[in-house]
Amino acid sequence: MANSTTSRGRFGIHGGQYIPETLMNAVLELEEAYDHYRDDPAFTAELTDLFNNYAGRPSLLYFAANMTTDLGGARVYLKREDLNHTGAHKINNVLGQALLAKRMGKTRLIAETGAGQHGVATATAAALMGMECVVYMGVEDMERQALNVYRMRLLGAEVRGVSAGTGTLKDAVSETFREWTNRIDDTHYCLGSVMGPHPFPTIVRDFQAVISREARAQCLAAEGRLPDAVLACVGGGSNAIGSFYHFIGDEGVRLIGCEAAGRGIGTWETAATMNTGKLGIFHGMKSYFCQDEYGQIAPVYSISAGLDYPGVGPEHAWLHDTGRAEYVPVTDEEAVEAFEYLSRTEGVIPAIESAHAVAHAIKLAPTMDKDQVIVVTLSGRGDKDVAAIARYRGEDLHE
Amino acid sequence: MSSIAQAFDASPNGKAFIPFITAGDPTIEVTEQLVRAMADAGADLIELGVPFSDPTAEGPVIQDANIRALENKVTTDDVFDMVDSIRKSGCTVPLVIMTYANVVFSYGIERFAAREREVGLAGVILPDVPHEEKPEFAAAFAAEGLDVVSLIAPTSHERIREIAADATGFVYIVSSLGVTGVRSEITSDIDGMVSLIRAANPQVPCAVGFGISTPGQAARMAAASDGAIVGSAIVRMIGEHGGRCVEPVAAYVREMAAAVHGV
Repeated sequence: MANSTTSRGRFGIHGGQYIPETLMNAVLELEEAYDHYRDDPAFTAELTDLFNNYAGRPSLLYFAANMTTDLGGARVYLKREDLNHTGAHKINNVLGQALLAKRMGKTRLIAETGAGQHGVATATAAALMGMECVVYMGVEDMERQALNVYRMRLLGAEVRGVSAGTGTLKDAVSETFREWTNRIDDTHYCLGSVMGPHPFPTIVRDFQAVISREARAQCLAAEGRLPDAVLACVGGGSNAIGSFYHFIGDEGVRLIGCEAAGRGIGTWETAATMNTGKLGIFHGMKSYFCQDEYGQIAPVYSISAGLDYPGVGPEHAWLHDTGRAEYVPVTDEEAVEAFEYLSRTEGVIPAIESAHAVAHAIKLAPTMDKDQVIVVTLSGRGDKDVAAIARYRGEDLHE
Repeated sequence: MSSIAQAFDASPNGKAFIPFITAGDPTIEVTEQLVRAMADAGADLIELGVPFSDPTAEGPVIQDANIRALENKVTTDDVFDMVDSIRKSGCTVPLVIMTYANVVFSYGIERFAAREREVGLAGVILPDVPHEEKPEFAAAFAAEGLDVVSLIAPTSHERIREIAADATGFVYIVSSLGVTGVRSEITSDIDGMVSLIRAANPQVPCAVGFGISTPGQAARMAAASDGAIVGSAIVRMIGEHGGRCVEPVAAYVREMAAAVHGV
């Protein structure tokens, strides 16, 4: 079950390669290179060295004692991807892809970014490895995440604003694909989530799977048993798939993805794809998308720029179809409350994206027994969100 | 022979001039007038774009046309109804839909193909459906006697043989890297691509699109292949002239078609 990729990258009916012919040889070349290097000892040794000595892995599995006591139910552990270099799980995937791109002879990385975390990670890897870097970001998101824009520029990347469409993550993805069709020879599209055409959903998952590889061993060491539930937020779904992957075969472990419901799944201002979307084909993949009856992609909304995406990775769509994973909606208000709760209770300020998973843990833990265990992935740190949360609470704070 | 292939056959010299417009830009009524006017001006086959919210293969000019059409609330059904009206008025120019996979998929592939046949459309061009994913769409269209047009790009290389071998209607040669839009010059080896296509499939015609705007470019591309496709140059005129675009577009199409037919 864990090894679900069939030829042409299908997860059940999901996935595939719905992209312009211009890019087909580029993705085939990428697939070939990845198949060659994924088990290459020199490649994996170099990546492990970068993980451990540059990104700061393994990340902690932290027992949240105050939260556990306060909620009065399951024992809560936080998988601290927020402690990675650059402050989020995104660095795991980016180091892997940048290394692969270098092996392929590419000298330039392009990337999309929503909250800016993937853009910062890509700019970081490009700086480290001496590669050129261009990051596409929706103009709306550049406004919401101004600090990350400056951070990318500081790292030597060029940030190009995308004003098309809603000026958010989906438009940044579209624009990065357009740029890739324009310049392929020296350029690798360092896609930031488990989405897009095959082989991206598989490559990104494999590089993010380090999260559950560590968490599974750390939980066994700390508790002598596997967790009862693993929670992670889902936009495209890379930290969630990384958190789930090595638990997929452990049938007793509930896998729960927390989607951004925005102002609620009963409103148009939502980004909860599993709960409100339907099957479609977009950005290279067949999966679930928020769309209208004629297949026009919906202008989704979430307070979180990183979850503000109308689709979800094809492997998640498949885990949803098979019932192996559950996907629950979490509203802006619930996420903001969780953001504040974790800050006060544990002295940990989570990314607003990760706060969606914390919010569900706050609901779930009290319903469970005291000898049960849940692992919540904190995909990123919340420094970038402080000003936006202050504004949400009516304080006129500017960075 | 499909009506797309007939479009090439019926042209004075076997070379087709193929204009593209986005349906519903500036309005669905003007689109209907444009189709008739372009047919009268010598267009051999017309590509009708069904607007999509996120047209990832398009440059800014056609992206903007998609936005204008969607702001007018134009739907897939409106486009079918308009074509039905065009056919009932006696206009017989072959028409092919150009849109994105999700527009067809969400409508229902079989339902889309059946509706195309009912109203007299010839098939579909889907820039985000490469050879590997074509069978999912092609079966339903073939069952209605319609074509799913195959695309070949400057990066296709060894893929050309296989793509061309089972192409029907015509082969759309993407002239350049990147997205749609006017280019001052086309540097790809069009002759080399055409000879590989013809070797693999001598029956199917091929036409060049992406970047063409002048009569000279159109004539050169039609001489090297079997036709020239022009989108952004026309869509830009429509954007500039709005509701008064029919006359200037017709004049431009007349000049371009003459260049292609004079090869």
